[in-house]
Amino acid sequence: MRLLHNYHYAAAMALFCIGLYTVIVRRNIIKKLIGLNIMETSVFFFYISLGYLDGGVAPIHAGSADPARMVNPIPQALILTGIVVALSVTALALSMVILLYRQYGTLDVDRLMREEEPAAEGAAGEGEGGA
Amino acid sequence: METALNLTFIVLLVATALMAVWARDLLAAVIIFSVYSLIMALMWQRLQAPDLALTEAAVGAGVTTVLFVVTVFKTRRREEEE
Repeated sequence: MRLLHNYHYAAAMALFCIGLYTVIVRRNIIKKLIGLNIMETSVFFFYISLGYLDGGVAPIHAGSADPARMVNPIPQALILTGIVVALSVTALALSMVILLYRQYGTLDVDRLMREEEPAAEGAAGEGEGGA
Repeated sequence: METALNLTFIVLLVATALMAVWARDLLAAVIIFSVYSLIMALMWQRLQAPDLALTEAAVGAGVTTVLFVVTVFKTRRREEEE
């Protein structure tokens, strides 16, 4: 019964698990970034649910809104910042993905790891040859 | 009635998240993720956070989707198989 009343928390947890599964299991980097975004929104969802009040109104002082029935505005102010941070993290990661694709020609994590090892060995060999 | 609407939105959220994860076509995954962001914006309006709903609709469904689509077009569209 308690879980039924707090179903928001269960939903946020389920979304977080979906995002975590994507980040760990899927091998494509863009898929991993989508999973990261799903994780971020699930955490935001959890915060906003914490500040929610049953039958509450938006925390805007206009007209005859009763301050005692307003939902908590502090999580909303925090999460507004969080959304912008999530956007900048995504933009930075995607620019790195484009550079990675130009360098290696693949977005598959396993292939990237395999391609990197021979290149590193070759660079070490060249260094020895030069010495 | 209120709970039923919220539960509908939550079921839609989980369904779109799973579809975005399972789609083989990356462009399809990105578009489904933008639908997920729009449903999240509706959910925030339901939770009495109109400022977040506006921001999510503009940033989550707008700018993030544009960035992902540009990246997919600059790299490759299909997920590689082995």
